[in-house]
Amino acid sequence: MTTTTRQRRAPRPSWLLLIPALGLLAAVLLVPLGQSLLTSVGAPGFTLEHYASLFTDGVTLTVLGRTVATAAIVTAVAFLLGYPYAYLMTRVGPRLRGVLLVIVLIPFWTSVMARNYAWIVLLQRGGPVQSVFEFFGADDIAFQGSVVGVTVAMSQVLLPFMVLPLFSSLGGIDRRLLLAARGLGSSPLVAFWKIYWPLSRGGVVSGLILVFTLSLGFYVTPALLGSPQQSLIAQLLAQRTTQLLDFAGAGALGILVLVITLTLVAWANRFGGTISAIGAAATTDRKEQR
Amino acid sequence: MTALDEHETANPATPAPAPRRPSRRDRGIDPIPWWLIVIGAVVALYFILPTLIVIPLSFSSASAFQFPPQDFSLRWYENFFTDPIWLSSLGNSFLVATLAAIIATVVGTAAAVGLDRLTGRLAAFARTLLMISLVTPAIVVAVAVYIAFLQWHLTGSVFGYVIAHAALGVPFVLVSVTAALGGFDPKLLRASASLGASPIRSFITVTMPLISRGVLTGAIFAFVTSFDEVVIALFLRSPTFQTLPVQMYNSVTFELDPTISASSSLVVVAVTIIFLVPLLIGSRRTKKR
Repeated sequence: MTTTTRQRRAPRPSWLLLIPALGLLAAVLLVPLGQSLLTSVGAPGFTLEHYASLFTDGVTLTVLGRTVATAAIVTAVAFLLGYPYAYLMTRVGPRLRGVLLVIVLIPFWTSVMARNYAWIVLLQRGGPVQSVFEFFGADDIAFQGSVVGVTVAMSQVLLPFMVLPLFSSLGGIDRRLLLAARGLGSSPLVAFWKIYWPLSRGGVVSGLILVFTLSLGFYVTPALLGSPQQSLIAQLLAQRTTQLLDFAGAGALGILVLVITLTLVAWANRFGGTISAIGAAATTDRKEQR
Repeated sequence: MTALDEHETANPATPAPAPRRPSRRDRGIDPIPWWLIVIGAVVALYFILPTLIVIPLSFSSASAFQFPPQDFSLRWYENFFTDPIWLSSLGNSFLVATLAAIIATVVGTAAAVGLDRLTGRLAAFARTLLMISLVTPAIVVAVAVYIAFLQWHLTGSVFGYVIAHAALGVPFVLVSVTAALGGFDPKLLRASASLGASPIRSFITVTMPLISRGVLTGAIFAFVTSFDEVVIALFLRSPTFQTLPVQMYNSVTFELDPTISASSSLVVVAVTIIFLVPLLIGSRRTKKR
């Protein structure tokens, strides 16, 4: 304790150490985003017409609605698969837990393009996934070039972001509480619902918000697996920038997406350090094995 | 998946030889339900399936994307290593990722050391700010960076790629170095200062060796983040300079070139090795002790 107060008294060199990092951040993130904001409000003047036209051009709202719906489905799929998996991770022995953790992290370190390519091959017309569905009598499901395919691939890519916060939250729950409830005569379902679920809610909210926000801004997967007729918000943003060169309109749309995302993240952050939890889980996964 | 099943079926039957975990005792009254194991196995398969199919695909002889492959050949590997476009993309990716990782590591380590000594709201805000790129939608950053870099004449330049990717790598360095500093006893610095070392010398001879694992982990993550980054790279590309992920993107959108399967396999294997090396070094080190 005395050391921390002593260090607090000499702050200047410590702040200096932050300057390079903050400078880099400013050059790549803050200044470009600030410029986008200024362009979108028509600097040097001031106008909100670019924002207003987002809501009146007929396209943006449709695409935004489709994006939100896709993100919601992806989030639901990731939750339904991620919760049991994270729960299983807390139940098995340390070695198997290590294996399960490595499996979660594999999509993290498999190249984004390799994964998207694999999904293209798996989901293409006449590909393995479609054959499986045909075998079960579902002939006319198109995976490639449809929202279905995008959802399947996106859920897989984003599942780690659901499992990791859930795992850190579920791992902290004392299972003896459940056994106590069972001992007092409650059924397994009631014990889960009344005791386990409320205790896991922090991790659940972090995971849900994180996956939802990340899927809002997804670009490569929808661009490759989806179709231009059913584009998502990120494709619209890219198209306005590179093809239409409508920097003001793109700026307004980008700022809108950014504000939605950061609001949700800030909200989720109150439930327990989502941002740093992901970074920590992704980088220090080997602590477990030491 | 079989390992998972074996593990679970074997456990309740055999009495634990060394009851290290207390949980084993209550396996009988609190067993893992079978359906949970089934779901776990399916989800695990979903996690690794796309990674696993890439490797057999790369040995296919078909000139279309086809799975399962009919005949085996090495033609896509041959293509990858002889085509100047693929080779130069690979070289560019290495160059950008190496420079970006160096910058991110230096800058991120400095920030982590600085933040470790600071407390209060402003420091917490600075830390959040430095982490923010982890949750900012890549497309929003890419579009903003593209428009700004157009004005600054940085699109298609190595420098532009490097600083954009370095900024994305900083959060990973920050997290892993901060974690390493958590186990660092600041009294050591006072001891070295009392023995006459300057702050810089103390950092190099005392702090650095103790946090080197965290720094290395951060550097690896920064490298891989850059090596794999595709969204910003798509916007910054120029006809004369593009990275490997961008060439892979081109090969599935415009050219339908199966060379991507060889490239994917190489990247998957390379990145796995990159991640395993520190793991192996680490375990050897702990064994020695």
